Amino acid sequence: MTSIETQVLQPYKYGFTTEIDADIVPPGLSEDVIRLISIKKGEPGWMLEWRLKAYRHWLTMREPTWANVKYGPIDYQAISYYAAPKQMPKVESLDQVDPKLLETFEKLGIPIAEQKRLAGVAVDAVFDSVSVATTFRAELAKYGVIFCPMSEAIREHPDLVKQYLGTVVPTNDNFFAALNSAVFTDGSFAFIPKGVRCPLELSTYFRINASSTGQFERTLIVAEEGSHVSYLEGCSAPTRDENQLHAAVVELVALDNAQIKYSTIQNWYPGDEEGKGGIYNFVTKRGACRGKNSKISWTQVETGSAITWKYPGCLLQGDGSIGEFYSVAVTNHRQQADTGTKMIHIGKNTKSTIVSKGISAGHGQNTYRGLVKIMKGAEGARNYSQCDSMLIGSECGAHTFPYIDVRNSTAIMEHEASTSKIGEDQIFYCKQRGLSAEDAVSMIVNGFCKEVFKELPMEFAVEAQNLLGISLEGSVG
Amino acid sequence: MTRTPDTGHPTPMLEIRDLHVSVEGNEILRGVSLTVRPGEVHAIMGPNGSGKSTLAQVLAGHPAYTVTAGSVQYDGKDLLDMDPEERAREGVFLAFQYPVSIRGITNSYFLRSAVNAIRKHKGLDELDPLDFLQVLEDKLKAIGWDDSLMNRAVNEGFSGGEKKRNEILQLAVLEPRLSILDETDSGLDIDALKTVAEAVNKLRGADRSFVVVTHYQRLLNYIVPDHVHVLADGRIVKSGGKELAVALEEKGYDWLKPAAAGTTA
Repeated sequence: MTSIETQVLQPYKYGFTTEIDADIVPPGLSEDVIRLISIKKGEPGWMLEWRLKAYRHWLTMREPTWANVKYGPIDYQAISYYAAPKQMPKVESLDQVDPKLLETFEKLGIPIAEQKRLAGVAVDAVFDSVSVATTFRAELAKYGVIFCPMSEAIREHPDLVKQYLGTVVPTNDNFFAALNSAVFTDGSFAFIPKGVRCPLELSTYFRINASSTGQFERTLIVAEEGSHVSYLEGCSAPTRDENQLHAAVVELVALDNAQIKYSTIQNWYPGDEEGKGGIYNFVTKRGACRGKNSKISWTQVETGSAITWKYPGCLLQGDGSIGEFYSVAVTNHRQQADTGTKMIHIGKNTKSTIVSKGISAGHGQNTYRGLVKIMKGAEGARNYSQCDSMLIGSECGAHTFPYIDVRNSTAIMEHEASTSKIGEDQIFYCKQRGLSAEDAVSMIVNGFCKEVFKELPMEFAVEAQNLLGISLEGSVG
Repeated sequence: MTRTPDTGHPTPMLEIRDLHVSVEGNEILRGVSLTVRPGEVHAIMGPNGSGKSTLAQVLAGHPAYTVTAGSVQYDGKDLLDMDPEERAREGVFLAFQYPVSIRGITNSYFLRSAVNAIRKHKGLDELDPLDFLQVLEDKLKAIGWDDSLMNRAVNEGFSGGEKKRNEILQLAVLEPRLSILDETDSGLDIDALKTVAEAVNKLRGADRSFVVVTHYQRLLNYIVPDHVHVLADGRIVKSGGKELAVALEEKGYDWLKPAAAGTTA
């Protein structure tokens, strides 16, 4: 089995650290720290009040323990809640951005320098607590699309932010969402006006660099009536012995006939083979299909993090609205993932689709946890769920917890589940046709994930396959 | 120990000498010797548990089998020293008795990857999907089959007959020099058997050899062998021409066993 495992258990390629002078707030969390963050961000008073309210609520909450993951206690006073590269505040053009930062993103394969921009993709690059650069903004503005760092949106578009922020994930939603609401530093804001098909893919790349810091980003995407947008999110962090906390909140709002496609490639540092270090990825992502016939589609490829705790869900409020969740989660070495989705059917004739692929290798533990809830008024609701697990080796685990709560008898629910193991016989069959063990594993894993990979935008499909040690050709049937 | 009679060809394609093979400490093959020359078709027959499939798997290099003694030369090279993928690239093909399925990967993509792995090994350019499609069409035409299996996932949800047919289709496209058919006839009805046998017959040629492993004689009515060997208790106990297969069909295997007891069914 060793040749198979080494193939999947590839070394982490993004573990380098950027040497850069940083403005770091000393570790610790208090109302003063929150005030300091708010001042550093140049925020209006209402935002500070919002944060403090969240913080006061957070103090009354307890860290959740129901997830199928194990980790030691987190000392919230040992974390620094703000880290920013120095000389950052007013950058008018990319020429003024510290070349070390540009270099960092270049190295990660995220070109933000003018001449090397990805065609068709606008990128917001977030380094620790701040957004470094956002490309193609002028181009997008022509269509009325706003795409900017969250901190800027709070200053420049306060009415929009006030109208939507916290309406999908309330500040008191859960422990980590409350913490995020209190201390969030940056993230992306996107607003697609009525009837506009966003001409570019929007993308945010999150990079944690500073040690002993947490990253608490906040993303808000609003798609007005009849608009369409596809948003991509990527992330990575340096190799470190300590565990770092990443507690993000993402809110999506789709009005009548609007469509939002949200894709994530999560590649935070997973820790070493013994389970030392790695990111705790405790994230709340939720989309509200508020308008009729609106659609929100989540696609995630989760390969990184020591622990993943994440359930991107959809509130299907509008009649005829559609929620989708496509997920590939890989756990190897000592990684643990407890991930899935929540589909809450509220409106009539709402539909949801869930396709989850869990791959466990090494000592990895992979849990699918999903909730499908059909509310009383959700006449004619439909759900299709498919949860597949693949095991590589004999020390890993796969677990499935599907919760189904149906309160309307007209609902149609389908659930399929499977567990398979990559066996010597499969590998031998491929080898007997001339393929190497590496190509064989790639092919088998890739085929297993195909239903999810085909949902990813092209650029990301390539990255996703590379992340799994898979050549591009593998999924192109 | 029985040797294939010399038919006058200078170099054997496959030369197995005194091969001993164990699985988890149990000796399955106890001194098998066999010479296969280019263009020949050899049938290996024998009762269940005689070691037929073990011989097929060992030649292909399955890791579960341990060679404890003996040698295998393929084209003058030490076959046992080669990895399974290297054997495949050098032209050794095993049509599996139980082909595995690979979900999400189409037959056509799988087969193109295999063709390209072999072409790369030979120093040839890899085929792009369009070139490959042309090659595939030609091959299908040659054996008289349609492409209905090509866009389905590898063996996923295939019937027994479709799986066997798929193995032969791969054989046709990969053009191996030495093909080992492991109980390709098992589970096939007579029509499917004929179809598969016809396809194999079209692939026979002066530089291609076949080792056909089978329990029953009926396949050999359609794929007529040059030599027939009977394997019992891990040894070849009798060799002969195609008439030997007919004799076995009439008399069964018991009269050939070295000792009446000892084989596991």
